Parts: sequence; structure tokens; C-alpha cells
Amino acid sequence: MNAPSDGSGRWGWWLTCAMTLLVYIFMFAPIVATVVLSFNASMFGGFPITGFSLHWYEVLMQNENVLTAFRTSMWIALVTAAVTTLIGIGASLALVRFEFPGKSAVNTLAILPALVPETILGVGLLVMIKAIDQPRSYLILLLGHILLALPFVVLVIQARLIGIRRVYEEASLSLGAPRGSTFREITLPLLMPAVFASVLLAFTISFDNTTASLFWRPAGVETMPTQILSMLKVSISPEVNALGTLMIVITVGIPLLGGLAAKLLSGLKSQKQQMGD
Amino acid sequence: MAAAKGWSINDRRLAWALAAPTVILIVVLMILPIAVMAVYTFFTFVTAGIEEATLTFANWQEFLSDSYYHGFLFKTVRVGIVTAIICALLGYFPAYFIWATAFRHKWLLLLLLIVPFWISFTIRTFSWIHILGGQGLINATLLHLGLISEPLRLLYTEGAVIMGLVHFLLPYMILNVYVSLEGIDRSLILAARSMGCTSAQAFREVTLPLSLPGLAAGLLLCFVLAAGSYVTPQLLGGPRDALFGNLIYDTIMGQLNWPLGATLSIVLFVLLGLVAVAYSRYMGLSQIMKGMSA
Repeated sequence: MNAPSDGSGRWGWWLTCAMTLLVYIFMFAPIVATVVLSFNASMFGGFPITGFSLHWYEVLMQNENVLTAFRTSMWIALVTAAVTTLIGIGASLALVRFEFPGKSAVNTLAILPALVPETILGVGLLVMIKAIDQPRSYLILLLGHILLALPFVVLVIQARLIGIRRVYEEASLSLGAPRGSTFREITLPLLMPAVFASVLLAFTISFDNTTASLFWRPAGVETMPTQILSMLKVSISPEVNALGTLMIVITVGIPLLGGLAAKLLSGLKSQKQQMGD
Repeated sequence: MAAAKGWSINDRRLAWALAAPTVILIVVLMILPIAVMAVYTFFTFVTAGIEEATLTFANWQEFLSDSYYHGFLFKTVRVGIVTAIICALLGYFPAYFIWATAFRHKWLLLLLLIVPFWISFTIRTFSWIHILGGQGLINATLLHLGLISEPLRLLYTEGAVIMGLVHFLLPYMILNVYVSLEGIDRSLILAARSMGCTSAQAFREVTLPLSLPGLAAGLLLCFVLAAGSYVTPQLLGGPRDALFGNLIYDTIMGQLNWPLGATLSIVLFVLLGLVAVAYSRYMGLSQIMKGMSA
């Protein structure tokens, strides 16, 4: 509808189209290359392609270090997602549904970890536990991941909460429902899409985190991304490509399937409602 | 704000109870550590991994007097600025396209911008080795065509680092500009057109100025994230392309010189903080939040 129709505009529009296409190619070409090369039969991680093979996936499945790192990242990401979402819901409720002194300071504070570079967050926490003579532990890694994910969870839940009109809650309260059950019966169900989104978001932030994890992980422990980094120190092997591809399938597949499931569910619901009417 | 009876919007205790876990967590895990780090910059380095709580200016003196560190700082700022500008130049086009197109499945184009966030940053970064490396797509193609006789050195250069950073930061830029464009009242553009502006003029006089807040937010995010990066220079750069983040990592994890590492971290923190403060004086942080929650 805004596509221009006069001479100077048409030229500009074609440039925009071409650049957009180039940017999308730029964004995805390297990723496609990694996926394609993971099926390469060659001994080496790069081009040319010598044949199709699943050999490197078999090698990967027998790599004990990779499997351990995967399990570590998995449980840390799951706990991070659960705890961060829980804390984030509380903060978002306070920030959207209440007026209290210091509100804007709390609002800024909640976003701050997203604006400070990871290197600094990493060093800071590390220096602090050294100052109180504590070793690096899983607890520090976990708390750190919660810190990194929290701003994004608060943003997502806040955005949704602003969109839920207060009248529903007020109706429930004025009919005599206590605050707790109003939250359970009214607010939470309406908030569910954002809760779902923030669990996914916190999970991926934790599962992907590299830089800060390098500082925080206990000695000898690898998470998935740090494991990949240490494998890359030797050379880029076909095994790393296979690992990368598996991770892409998991981390892109889960949110896509989740979104699809949510869409189908809400579709079914509205169909039911229509039939009920 | 109409508060009905029973809904105590001013219930401070409940509000603070709800916000408390978040506040405590961020204060204990971020504010306090940065304060401890600031104190640590005055500690005395004894030997690898050991320091004394004797106060000294030695770390600051070392940083301020040694041009080795200044070089890192300038290079980091330069790479950050170049990256942010390239992101703006490349990112404006797709943002404008998604906003202006009559294409029915806009959501698909937006989804494709979100997908990279789901793919591990480490994987996205090392993927560039397949494009730029000695056995990468570019060299393999050129060798095959006989245009070159030995692989070009594309990887492990500053250009490769900037390319990796642009690849990682472009979605941030595009989404920020797009959110800003979406906020423009389209009737303003129609008005400009009906008053006789060509579409290029309408763009220059109406659309572009109104999208500047998003562009500025994108520039800030790209600069801060690029200047704080560690993994990209590590994977795509040579030894001479290390940035300030790598310097900090090596000082702490390699040399175990914690007081100096803390000093360098505080320097980076203050530098990026000043940029962010200068920005928020002009723009406010709300634009950044809009972009991040998009």
C-alpha cells in the first residue's frame, strides 16, 4: 500500500527489494552451509562436498563429552526458565498493576542486566564470589543465567499484562473473589501466552549463553556452547557441523512446534465456542 | 486510572513483595558485584591468582600509562562504530520493506528475523568459517573457477570480525527500525504525497525523520553489544583482532590478574555506560524497551 508509484520512488523501491533479499541471504547463507556440510562424507569440515553421509552424526552420538554438556545445559536451561518466569510474573504484576514509590527505579533496574555487556556481568559476579572466598559452582552458573534472562521475561510479560484490561480483574474482585483466586482464575489464564513465550525465551537465553558461562562455570564443566567452542579450538570438524545442525533443529523446532500447537489449540477453542453459540 | 473498590492499586506492601525477588536478585548478582569490582581495582596484585587488600593506584596507573591498553580501547570503539553503521545501512532496507510491502504474509518475514535469535550464537558465528575460510564457499568457488590459485585470506581478519558482528546484530537493528516505522501515522505520508511531494521527498521529509528514534536505538544496541563482544573476535579474528572483551578474559582467566581485570572491566563499563547515558538524555530508554519487547 505504501509501494510508491512515481519514477524516483520506483527506483528506490526496487533498491529496497534487492537489498532486503540480499540481507535475508546474508542472514541465512552461513547457517545453510553448516547444515549442508554436516551431511558431508569428507574427513574435513569444509567444502568441497564429497558425498552424503550420516557418519558424523554417529560419531557425535558416541562423544561422551558432548552428551554430558548437553545434559548440563538442558537442566540449567529448564530450571532457569521456570524460576525466571515465576520471578518475572511477580515483578511484572507489581510494575503494571500497582502504584508504589520507587516504581520507575524498579522498572529501570529490571531492564538493566540486558544493557550491560555479558563480559562485565561475568567478571563482576566472579570477582564477588572470589572476594567472599566461594568457589565457582553450579548455583552461581544458574543464578547468573536467571539474571541474564530476567529482563527479557519481564519485558514480555509486562507487554502482555498491559494489554489485559483491568476490568476483568475488577469484576471478579467486586463479586467477592479473593485476590489469590482472581489471579488464578482470571489473570493467569489471560497471561498464559506470555508465560509460555517467556519460558521459551528464558530457556533459549540460558541454553545459548556462551560468554558469561565461560566465566561462571565450575572448573571442568562444559555447557553446550562452551563445549562447541572448545571443539572449535582444534579445527572445524564435520562433527561440529553435525552438532550445530542438531542444535539448530532443536532450538528452532521447539518454538515453531510450540507456536503451531498454541495456534491449533486456540483455533479449536474458538471453533468450540462458535459451535456453542 | 479508575480503581474499583477492592482493588487496592496502592497496596505498597504487596507490590514490593511481588517485585522483591527481582530487585534482590539484580542487586545481589549485578549491582553489588560491580561495586565489589570497583573496589577490586584498588587491590594489589601479588602473583597469578593472589592479591592483597592493600589499596593502590597501580592498576589504574598501568591502564592509564600503557598505550597497549589504549590501543585495545580505540580498536574496540572503532569496530563498534563501524559495525553499528553497517547495521544501520543494511538494516534500514528490510525494515522499510516489511513495513511498506503489500505482501500478505508479513509475519513470515518477521519470523525469519526472530529465528536467528533461536539459533545458538556460537553456531551462527562459526558458520562464517564455512563461507570465509580457506575451505569456505568463497574460496572453494574461486579456486574451482580457476580465478585464484591459492585461497584468499578472508578469515581471521578484522573484516571477518565485523562481518560476524553485523550478522549477529542485524536483527536487533531491523526490529528496532521496524517498530519505529510501525508507529508512524500513515496518513502523514498520504498528506505529504497529496500536497505534491514525490515519494522520495515524502520519504526524506516524513518517514525518515519519524523513524530516527528506532534507528538511534538500533545504533546504540549494536554499538554496545559489538563493543562488549568476546566470542566473535575469538572465532573469526586473528590474534591481532582481539577486542576489549578478549583482553579482559585473558587478563582474568589467563594471567589470573584479577585487580587489573577488574580495572579493565570497569573501564569498559564506564565507557559503554556513558554512551548509553548520553543516548538516554536525548532519546529516553523507552525506545530500546519497545524494540526489545517487539
